[in-house]
Amino acid sequence: MKIHEYQAKEIFANYNIPIQNQIICYTTREIRQAATKFNKPVVIKAQVQVGGRGKAGGVKIAKNPVQAEQAGTQILGMKIKGLTVEKVLVSDAIDIKSESYVGITNDRNSKNIVIMVSSEGGVEIEEVAKRTPEKIFKMGINPEIGIFDFQARNLAFKLFDDIKIVSETATIIKNLYRCYVETDSSLSEINPLVVTVEGKVIALDAKMNFDDNALYRHQEIEKLRDPTEDEKKEIDAKNKGLSYIKLDGEIGCMVNGAGLAMATMDLIKLYGGEPANFLDIGGSSNPQKVIDAMNILLGDKNVKVVMINIFGGITRCDDVAKGLVLAMKKIDVKLPIVARLTGTNEKEGREILKNSNLISASSMSDAAKKAISLI
Amino acid sequence: MSILVDEKTRVIVQGITGRDGRFHTLKMKEYGTNVVGGVSPGKAGQDVDGIPVFNSVKNAVSETDADTSVIFVPARFATDAMCEASEAGIKLVVAVSEGIPTIDMIKTVKFLEKNNTFLIGPNCPGLISPEKCKIGILPAEIFKKGNVGVISRSGTLTYEIVNEITKSGLGESTCMGIGGDPIIGLNFIELLSMFENDPQTDAVVLIGEIGGDAEEQAAEFISKNMTKPVVAFIAGQTAPPGKRMGHAGAIISSGSGTAEEKIYAFEKVGVSVAKEPSEIAKLLKAKL
Repeated sequence: MKIHEYQAKEIFANYNIPIQNQIICYTTREIRQAATKFNKPVVIKAQVQVGGRGKAGGVKIAKNPVQAEQAGTQILGMKIKGLTVEKVLVSDAIDIKSESYVGITNDRNSKNIVIMVSSEGGVEIEEVAKRTPEKIFKMGINPEIGIFDFQARNLAFKLFDDIKIVSETATIIKNLYRCYVETDSSLSEINPLVVTVEGKVIALDAKMNFDDNALYRHQEIEKLRDPTEDEKKEIDAKNKGLSYIKLDGEIGCMVNGAGLAMATMDLIKLYGGEPANFLDIGGSSNPQKVIDAMNILLGDKNVKVVMINIFGGITRCDDVAKGLVLAMKKIDVKLPIVARLTGTNEKEGREILKNSNLISASSMSDAAKKAISLI
Repeated sequence: MSILVDEKTRVIVQGITGRDGRFHTLKMKEYGTNVVGGVSPGKAGQDVDGIPVFNSVKNAVSETDADTSVIFVPARFATDAMCEASEAGIKLVVAVSEGIPTIDMIKTVKFLEKNNTFLIGPNCPGLISPEKCKIGILPAEIFKKGNVGVISRSGTLTYEIVNEITKSGLGESTCMGIGGDPIIGLNFIELLSMFENDPQTDAVVLIGEIGGDAEEQAAEFISKNMTKPVVAFIAGQTAPPGKRMGHAGAIISSGSGTAEEKIYAFEKVGVSVAKEPSEIAKLLKAKL
């Protein structure tokens, strides 16, 4: 799960990570009031959960309340990577001496938490990793032990020489680590971490993602969820035991198992079609799940044909086929549906489908080809 | 031979009295797996189809000499169950449970490593050495004893591909799903190395997906250490970045972990990558 910059900064503040004064605004009037309150130049930043806001024109500096209101008019309502800006963060502008990067994530290979720092702040860290990987320093932290002072300090020394700034940065790194672990974050980033002309160290931007599997023990974070329209559909599906992600194609997919669902999408593409979604119905022949899944697919106006791909393992194909037939009786589907069942009791399953108006396919490739021909 | 499990493996089931635990215990027993006991705290003295239930793994091990445990307990209790098994001297833990927080898994993996306990999973379908032993939820019907090792990050996609392998007349030595989470126990490299040393295995199929760089690391390992042929399939070429494709580990983050990078890494070291699942059997036959 992702949250907005202003929400991440509020969490940072709870962990004593220095941030600017900030006010979240939903209207140009509020922006003007906020700028008046600060009584100095302000930064206005679009709050949408995607990167590249600055490049898209979603970040502006204003010298006075009038300029702030003008900037707000431009930013509020604009689209950044398909997302409409509904709120902006107004903060006091800061004179910056240097920009660095601090990030924490899980490392699959070392099976540790890893802290990364770089003196190349303010740009996408992936770009730094590609262009100048030697400028990123990583340190693995065993969560059983936690972070030592010397580890935080040595990371800070990779960024600065001045011991006062090093000490402040080391404290920030330790606080960010504590924040990361205690909130079950999967990515916590300060980019850039800036040193001001006055010599203060501040988190100028903030990004936090959270481990979906751990949200059950963080009600306070779950409350911060601000889903986009597409994400609302995904959450709705999840509550029904389905894993759904919308894409832009025309072939609606219904598959059991995440790996097979991805492979099905890939196959559609391989044969020249475009999948409309990822949809994993899990390991069950429960007709209600099939009905829910079908309703989600039919709710997508782009879908012209549905392709069902089921591998009957422990769940037998004849049971799945019965579930499909029952589901089709309960909802009125006008689109063509291609169904491919394989695995345990495959023949019996196909026999049951013969008496329905589903188009039966003998293999994954056969199903993909048939679905594409029906668009 | 085969790897990790065979007819001598003595299995206990943690969570044996739950719905899934009970169902799959019976399926494993029916297949011929040596299921010697189960654990369900507070239910000692009961039995599941004649299999004795114990209050703790420690009791189960001392009464039955079990060396392997399969975990069916819900996610919130699963890491505790894994550590209990490890502490009781179990050599191989197979964790089917799905939805475990990542930080809990990091701690658990470290605990198991310290005790030299092997872990398969979590969020995995288990493993099978056909005609010897089946642990987990894999459907028995599609497997046949043979000389192909299969390592996969997926569940039903593994079945799909194994089904093709078996239908083509080949069979499997051992097949395992290693789990769809970011932090897992045994990985591609450790298992490839076991297959390389297994006399029954003549070729290995590797089924990967987007997210992380386990496939890239496997490719490097194969080029340096494998004499047996390896063929691969990678799922997720059409997956959009930043979206978790069902499995917690299947996510393209910040443009890395893409299918293209993985396919490139394999092809560079001579590992044939199938364009679709049904092509695997053909690629295998060409190399065997």
